[in-house]
Amino acid sequence: MGLDFSVVPGFFGSLLTGAGWTIAITVCAGILSFFGGIVFAVIALYGHWALRLPVRVFAFLFMGTPLLLQLFLIYFGLIQVGIDLPAFAAGVIGLGLHFAVYNSELIQASILAVDQGQYEGARTLGLSRGQTLRRIVIPQAVRAVIPPMGNNMIALLKDSALVSVIGVMELTLAAQQAISRTYRPFEFYLAAAFCYYIINLALEAVLRHLERRIAASR
Amino acid sequence: MDIDLILRVYPFFLQAAWLTIELSVLTAILGLTCGALGAAARMSRLAILRWIAAAYVSVFRGTPALIQIFILYFGGPQIGIQLDSFAAGTIALGVNIGAYMTETIRGAIVSVDRGQTEAARTLGLSRWEAMRKVILPQAARMMIRPLGVNINALIKGTALVAPISVIELTYTAQRFIGSTYKPFEMFLVAGLLYMVIIYVVGQGIAWLDRRARIQ
Repeated sequence: MGLDFSVVPGFFGSLLTGAGWTIAITVCAGILSFFGGIVFAVIALYGHWALRLPVRVFAFLFMGTPLLLQLFLIYFGLIQVGIDLPAFAAGVIGLGLHFAVYNSELIQASILAVDQGQYEGARTLGLSRGQTLRRIVIPQAVRAVIPPMGNNMIALLKDSALVSVIGVMELTLAAQQAISRTYRPFEFYLAAAFCYYIINLALEAVLRHLERRIAASR
Repeated sequence: MDIDLILRVYPFFLQAAWLTIELSVLTAILGLTCGALGAAARMSRLAILRWIAAAYVSVFRGTPALIQIFILYFGGPQIGIQLDSFAAGTIALGVNIGAYMTETIRGAIVSVDRGQTEAARTLGLSRWEAMRKVILPQAARMMIRPLGVNINALIKGTALVAPISVIELTYTAQRFIGSTYKPFEMFLVAGLLYMVIIYVVGQGIAWLDRRARIQ
């Protein structure tokens, strides 16, 4: 059985829809991982121990285990406790939490690297501890880790392919459905890979632009 | 938490852990080989080699590893490559991580001060001799830690062969979640085994790194 790419255009629409969902998942999980990362970092550094301990354990478990295993835990675990989320939501939560842990590590290091004088200055000006963190320290810390967090976003885009395994209808699953009707795995997985590559290039361009803007605003 | 159940299933997980270790070792060997060749080609004097290596890195880092595994395993037979799931998974993962290692190895070599090469060349060493006797020994020390990061990712990445039914840790967890409806317990058993593997490998790499620094 040779290769025959003429079957691919017939599924152009469904692949494009799948690519749209891949972008949607990446954006939603990316936003969740960004804010989740900040929340985890603040709790890990400043939280009450009753909050800090579970966050640390959670981070330890999620950094030491494969994403795919975590997706199974979240998808089936939520069902077990009676929360029947759509696959899309479970996928976003799984990806978002996974990368929130990695972002949190970056942000923690960055918060600790903010100059001590900034705290002192803010407190002298009469800002409370919470205000100092929210208005002075976190904006600087987050800004400094935009480039490495960008790398996490690129990893997130590629890892979004894993949510096809729990039945989220995105690019990889769209390719699989086309394959189940045509028996042409090589052609359709290659087409999917091509789409991922293009989205990846676009995301890299967006991140570069963002980095330049941040560098310019300093 | 269902301790009885954990005690009943853990022998299966132990067996699966061995397969995860085998996968990790073979993938690491293949990845390091691809990485070394890729880095050499990326710094070659031949433009065509540089171009091929750059394309390799860009394509394999720019697309999901899962898709690469699927192309080889499901699409391979169409172009005359018939592999069982273990072999296909190992090869796809190894070539994938090799693209990341190419950049790690190249980064370490490039970070050795240019003056070192110039001094070696002035002393009459050939380009190859300067690389082998002066640059590589220094670069090798610097690449241990970042390669350790790649290997850590690779061990977790072996989970990606679960969808093509290689009976490793994640596949085993998935099967037992399906038959016992105890996702949390199964996650913990598989997760702890992953963490033990990663911890041991991490200690080994840290030991290598310390040794390299003493010399």
